[in-house]
Amino acid sequence: MKPSTRRRENMRVISKFAAMFAALAVVGVFQSWSLALAILNLCLISAVMALGVNIQWGYAGLINFGILGFAALGGVTAVLVSVAPVPAAWGAGGGGVIVALMISLATILAAVFAARRAPAGVPRKLLLAFIIVGGYFLARAFFFPAVEAIEAVDPTKAGFLGGLGLPILLSWVAGGLLAAAVAWVIGKIALGLRADYLAIATLGISEIIIAVLKNEDWLARGVKNVSGLPRPVPYEVDLQQTLWFQDWSAGMNVSPVEFSSIFVKLCYAGLFAIVLLVVLWLTERALHSPWGRMMRAIRDNELAAAAMGKDVTGRHLQVFVLGSAVVGLAGAMLTTLDGQFTPASYQPLRFTFIIWVMVIVGGSGNNWGAVLGGFVIWFFWVEAEPIGLWLTDLLTSGLAEDSGLRRHLMESAAHMRLMTMGVILLVVLRFNPRGLIPER
Amino acid sequence: MDGFLNALILLSNFVIVPSMAYGSQLAIGALAVTLIYAILRFSDFAQGDTMAFGAMATILLTWVLQYWNVSISPLPTALLALPFGVLCTIALCLLIDRWVYRFYRRVKARPEVLMIVSVGVMFIYNSVVRIIIGPGDRWFVDGERFIITAREFKRLSGLSEGVAFKTTQGLTILIAFIVVAALFCFLNRTRIGKSMRAYSDNEDLALLSGIDPERVVRTTWIIAATLATIAGVLYGLDKSFKPFTYFNLLLPIFAAAIVGGLGNPLGAIAGGFTIAFSEVALTYAYRKFLAYLIPGEWAPQGLVQLLSTDYKFAVSFVILVLVLLLRPTGIFGRKAS
Repeated sequence: MKPSTRRRENMRVISKFAAMFAALAVVGVFQSWSLALAILNLCLISAVMALGVNIQWGYAGLINFGILGFAALGGVTAVLVSVAPVPAAWGAGGGGVIVALMISLATILAAVFAARRAPAGVPRKLLLAFIIVGGYFLARAFFFPAVEAIEAVDPTKAGFLGGLGLPILLSWVAGGLLAAAVAWVIGKIALGLRADYLAIATLGISEIIIAVLKNEDWLARGVKNVSGLPRPVPYEVDLQQTLWFQDWSAGMNVSPVEFSSIFVKLCYAGLFAIVLLVVLWLTERALHSPWGRMMRAIRDNELAAAAMGKDVTGRHLQVFVLGSAVVGLAGAMLTTLDGQFTPASYQPLRFTFIIWVMVIVGGSGNNWGAVLGGFVIWFFWVEAEPIGLWLTDLLTSGLAEDSGLRRHLMESAAHMRLMTMGVILLVVLRFNPRGLIPER
Repeated sequence: MDGFLNALILLSNFVIVPSMAYGSQLAIGALAVTLIYAILRFSDFAQGDTMAFGAMATILLTWVLQYWNVSISPLPTALLALPFGVLCTIALCLLIDRWVYRFYRRVKARPEVLMIVSVGVMFIYNSVVRIIIGPGDRWFVDGERFIITAREFKRLSGLSEGVAFKTTQGLTILIAFIVVAALFCFLNRTRIGKSMRAYSDNEDLALLSGIDPERVVRTTWIIAATLATIAGVLYGLDKSFKPFTYFNLLLPIFAAAIVGGLGNPLGAIAGGFTIAFSEVALTYAYRKFLAYLIPGEWAPQGLVQLLSTDYKFAVSFVILVLVLLLRPTGIFGRKAS
């Protein structure tokens, strides 16, 4: 590419990002800076998630409809890493749970071993069935009493094993690793088959992950939620009481209460921006390395790449694991920002498919595009409701204040955002399939 | 002997009858998925919400009919409204095909792209349903509730266990049977049905022999929309109507279609019943059942439930994974790369 065209393209990218930040500034001026920063923080997290999906879809053409599950894995890691352990619960049933988990693991290993080594035929099938059924019942025998004991420990506050009591920032890495491990298992099963199977298998695993997190109270309290997670940034109340902070806010001419909320959000934004930049830098390096070119070659023509001696399924597995790890990382960041883990809030439309819209709209295969898509779509996701309400109000202003139709429409304005997302996705796919920032 | 009969009746009441009904609903849904896959060659993620849309259209007319006191008691009024729901859904599917999918057929887009397009369509259906009827639970069943109640059954048979057979369950099974018979008749006997099969087996040869692809596609959407609406209404009658549950049906329906081999109609039916029976049988608590078979002191103390009901849909996933591992082309096999 000629340097002048490249410069022009870069200018275009920069101007699109500038427009995005200008929109955030408009929200800051007309609504509130606190809201603008809240949107920005989630934009940053969404951008990281979108990068994860872009690695899978943009680089390799893999469809992962289980974003939600991997994000939730990151979220539960945040709990398991940061919350202080509950010694009473460990005493009551920790041993039993560990024994049950060990038995399950041993069962799986024995089953895999038997499937590989035992002579084929009816005896092997019987042996396999015996191992699996036996292991299942043996594990249950240890598991249920232990779980009952754990959940009986101070059920209103604890009732779970607790975590490791380590800094929550560690969970960002750990969440990525956990998501990667699960992705490896799924990839092993569903990759190498037809593309639809991965999409459906990931959709399924994400539903199961959420079901487990909702129902296994001993792990992270299930739908009773874990709140009050430790923070990586200072608390507003502490800030308001420190002298230098009071002086500072007086100097800025804002009340300490308002300024502390903005300051905390800025701290988060800083942390998230660092992660985003690191991930972005790494993904860009990967994309423009021989590895990235190989991935794109596989995506564009699997047969030709295989003929060149590339291990298509192996590469797919690699890229699937990497992308899922990034999603897990973003999931841990999200739970850190919320300060609580609420399994019931993980809805497929809110997580999985919105992230997909981000990647498609931003530009599949282009990391900068995925980031921009994350920003733009999250911005519209939040602002669609006020805009929708305002529009409905305007359109139905001819109707009487108490008209049933008008009331119904005003109540349904919240559902308009799904419609908006669907229309945006379809319009972009049809008229601008390469997205806001096309792949180079 | 009585113990054995009672155990059998108990099992029929809580496992066999419910899973026959649920299996029929899944089978019809899976047939729609598999047909779209066979002809249009992509997995339609909007399927669950198409079902919700069809059920919604039917419910709206049912309410109107109920308001006018039109009824076909003892049958639920929804059956009278069903053709209207089917027509609405057919119109919607044909419109969406005309506006959305046709373009991608022309440019010969990859199946993955079509799958993502169907996600966009899903968003739109989903919000349309929620805007029109709201996200909450809706009831629309009326007419006679039971074909036979547990009490009547006990009185007639003199056993201590009874089978309750709901009208909606009976209807579901009956309608599923009629629908499947009609569909296979259509595919095997009529000219357009045969051309659909030809198109599904080998697109190029079918085109060469003068089959109009757009006509095949239109017919496919009409059949798929009909199936989706019937499945959606039957499910809604049997349980209740809630848009979000219909999205959640996607997984068991896809699992059913894959278990039977995507693109294979017979397999879709078998898959639907496999998934339904495993879901219900694995989450049923067998204590009472075993108590009838095993003498008192040996009877188990616990619930003897293999899986908690919270993990119902995990069953369909596990079956899906097993099939992917052991027989990726489905239990009925079909060429799939």
